[in-house]
Amino acid sequence: MNSPAPGFGLIAAAAGKDSHVDPLAGIPTVDEPLKTKDFKTDQEVRWCPGCGDYAVLAAVQSFLPELNIRRENIVFVSGIGCSSRFPYYMNTYGMHSIHGRAPAIATGLAISRPDLSVWVVTGDGDALSIGGNHLIHALRRNVNLKVLLFNNRIYGLTKGQYSPTSEQGKVTKSTPLGSLDVPFNPVSLALGAEASFVARTIDSDRKHLTGVLRAAAHHRGTALVEIYQNCNIFNDGAFELLKAPDTRDDAVIRLEHGEPIRFGAEGQHGVARMPDGTLRVVDVAEYGTKRLLVHDAHAPNPEVAFALSRLADPSSLNATAIGVYRDVHRATYDDLLHEQIAAAVDDQGIGDRPVLEDLIAGKDTWHVDT
Amino acid sequence: MAKQVVQLDRVIIRFAGDSGDGMQLTGDRFTSETAMLGNDLATLPDFPAEIRAPAGTLPGVSAFQLHFADHDIMTPGDAPNVLVAMNPAALKANLPDLPRGSDLIVNTDEFTKRNLHRVGYDESPMEDGSLEAYRVHAIPLTSMTVGALKDVDVTRKEAERAKNMFALGLLCWLYHRPTEGTIAFLEQKFASKPTLLRANTIAFEAGWSFGETTEDFSVSYEIKPAPVRPGQYRNISGNLAMAHGLLAASWRSGLPLFLGSYPITPASDILHELSKHKRFGVRTFQAEDEIAGVGAALGAAFGGHLGVTTTSGPGLALKAETVGLAVSLELPLVICDIQRGGPSTGLPTKTEQSDLLQALYGRNGEAPVPVVAPRSPSDCFNAAVEAVRIAVTYRTPVIVLSDGYLANGSEPWRIPDLDELPTIDPEFATEPNHTSADGKEEFWPYLRDPETLARAWAAPGTAGLEHRIGGLEKQDGSGNVSYDPANHDLMVRTRQAKVDRIAASIPPLEVDDPGDDADILVLGWGSTYGPIGAAVRRCRDAGLHVAQAHFRHLNPLPDNTEHVLKRYRTVLLPEMNLGQLAMLLRGRFLVDVISYTQVRGMPFKAAELASVIQEAASDE
Repeated sequence: MNSPAPGFGLIAAAAGKDSHVDPLAGIPTVDEPLKTKDFKTDQEVRWCPGCGDYAVLAAVQSFLPELNIRRENIVFVSGIGCSSRFPYYMNTYGMHSIHGRAPAIATGLAISRPDLSVWVVTGDGDALSIGGNHLIHALRRNVNLKVLLFNNRIYGLTKGQYSPTSEQGKVTKSTPLGSLDVPFNPVSLALGAEASFVARTIDSDRKHLTGVLRAAAHHRGTALVEIYQNCNIFNDGAFELLKAPDTRDDAVIRLEHGEPIRFGAEGQHGVARMPDGTLRVVDVAEYGTKRLLVHDAHAPNPEVAFALSRLADPSSLNATAIGVYRDVHRATYDDLLHEQIAAAVDDQGIGDRPVLEDLIAGKDTWHVDT
Repeated sequence: MAKQVVQLDRVIIRFAGDSGDGMQLTGDRFTSETAMLGNDLATLPDFPAEIRAPAGTLPGVSAFQLHFADHDIMTPGDAPNVLVAMNPAALKANLPDLPRGSDLIVNTDEFTKRNLHRVGYDESPMEDGSLEAYRVHAIPLTSMTVGALKDVDVTRKEAERAKNMFALGLLCWLYHRPTEGTIAFLEQKFASKPTLLRANTIAFEAGWSFGETTEDFSVSYEIKPAPVRPGQYRNISGNLAMAHGLLAASWRSGLPLFLGSYPITPASDILHELSKHKRFGVRTFQAEDEIAGVGAALGAAFGGHLGVTTTSGPGLALKAETVGLAVSLELPLVICDIQRGGPSTGLPTKTEQSDLLQALYGRNGEAPVPVVAPRSPSDCFNAAVEAVRIAVTYRTPVIVLSDGYLANGSEPWRIPDLDELPTIDPEFATEPNHTSADGKEEFWPYLRDPETLARAWAAPGTAGLEHRIGGLEKQDGSGNVSYDPANHDLMVRTRQAKVDRIAASIPPLEVDDPGDDADILVLGWGSTYGPIGAAVRRCRDAGLHVAQAHFRHLNPLPDNTEHVLKRYRTVLLPEMNLGQLAMLLRGRFLVDVISYTQVRGMPFKAAELASVIQEAASDE
């Protein structure tokens, strides 16, 4: 096994050195390909019938085999909330932790064990309310974590209070006269927190969801994937505008790296940059195709990605962009730490028993004979 | 003229000055020289929470007290024999502690009208006769330092700042301390600033020469080395000993050390120290908050590493929910709480023992956590090793209760042989441990060792042992989520029983009762060991028959605790809180423990405790 050997733990300190070439560097690969069923557990799945979480679970279970990494080197860590039951249903290592703290716990795990693929499963309340601090700092540090943020714009497990992504004026059990606070836009928040990878997808669009998961898995660093997920009990239809066949084409902007940004059933809408730097939805027939904004997920500067995240109406979600907003290479916290450890060993020698004894003795010692 | 040399058996010196005067450094250096000489010693730094309070004011006074002797001593001393006062504020703040007849070294340059007024002196105490009871040495330390440095190319301000080295040189002469260590220290500290090196060295030497030549000091003093157990010795502070203990336990267990921590006084020095030791594979992580610090440590523990977090009382409060998760996950985790005065922000730089009940009970649900406490600065090393032993062996979070006095205080320490450390064996699970009904080999994370009740621990990366754990109640054995009432009752009792069983691996409470006939037992835990021990000695010298016992383990208590308590007619328990352990012992053992408490932010004084013991003994 790859867990610590006796002596001091300098395991896999150099794991990050090939990370430019292979984002999964350091994680042991399989000899025999795994199958979807290998990732299913014997535990009965206990989400409400019709919950969007089922679709995400199925997508994750069927997509993981293509990474060719060992099941025992994958860990799912979650917080509290409906979606945070996720690890129980994944036949990997897993921890269902406490409210909001999954990014912190996963950070310690990822820093310690560069041979693991660490996934965080969280919700809008878990990640953006009680755990907001941990999320932004994980993004800033760029720890090698994949964060799946299930956003249903409501508190489900506590039975229907408004969440930090609920639209203003939301009438719920705790806000009978309507909620007063403005919602977070998770993509804007992540970009503001220096995230190196930010994407958004929708539970019901299996193909898109899988594509985004794939991109996240191949990003070395913290990848934030916001998944619009329907809670059919407490907030049913929250994303209907983005899902219904008669409205979705005009409401959803599908981002493709290197492509001009167009949407609508006939591609009749586009996104263009105005002289003042802002982005606007334009009528392609009027505006033409040549000046449309070409999506660049690898742009070093996050400003355009941020502007894209602001196109959506915060209440109705009309003109919501989905896909990979940002995917840039930046050294991860864990790789940098392991470089420091490797450099310390190179410069000073490995810390073995004699070195430890010298350290404990210190420089100023005296001897007593009698 | 050769000066007279007087032999003393012990001395207590207090250096006091402005926060910016370098008193802590001066004290540290004098301590190092004293340690090298082989005296026994104990130190008490006492400084304000503000980094630089307004100069010359009472709140800005920073002090360092050192007690050294030719025999085994237990405390930094109650009252100084010598006070070095660098300004009027330092004099005013510390004079009440100075017994009549003591030596008082005063930097007269700072006794200006303005400085005197600032601390409420209408007239200079140097001139109004109020210091007649002391042996006053009025020395213009600042101007003499500046004078000594007139040929060195430093600014006046830089020259003035070297006055602490002048004072140190003088004290080194007065008490026959070696000087090589300080010279070497300065050479290292100012390696890249040769002018400042020269200035500080000259100031230090000038102070020494001043002592040698001035008529003011007609005698100098010698304190012979203290007889101690043979071996190699060093001087060490509590926080450094804690850091080294964690490193040693990491080595002993074979588990790489991970420290998740958020800076907080007085614990931060442990983070600082461990962050230097990357060559050992130590990972230190300065988290975004206290919760993330312990969370990351728990994540590392899940990964099969030695997860540690360091904090003080306010941080322990924030970590409570995560510690509860660790109780439920049954993973090793070490939480070092360097206690300080509370509640709330309280007294960040002062000491207290008021987190005991928080450590024992400050979580939701039935969440038993073992608690260990060091008794002296160097003992922080042993306490850290013991905490790791319990955490790893029993798969449980363990809280170490040190405090500000131990953290910053120092004492000579016989450097241990690493072979003397207890065995710490993680015994990772490497293969399935259960056969299901259909004959499948599987891994059950909550199957237990029948003796210790420790659960099986498999780290990610181990093929075939994939499993999920969490904060929801788990079914005994399989670890699957279970809401079954009988199972919950079983699991709550099992977690408690596991912690109780630790008692089988700890030594009995040792009682020091020389004649085996004492009428009174003085109990203690943690940093009160020194003051209680010193007080007990005084009482015995006065003919009293006193027994002493000191707890290292607060949970579980040693098996013989009840037996010990019931052997004595009177049991006295001094604590730096409002009687937390006393309440527990009374409740659990129905023994009429007398609680004596003080929460002044300072350790007990031996003389005061001695009179409390005498009073309690005579009340029988």
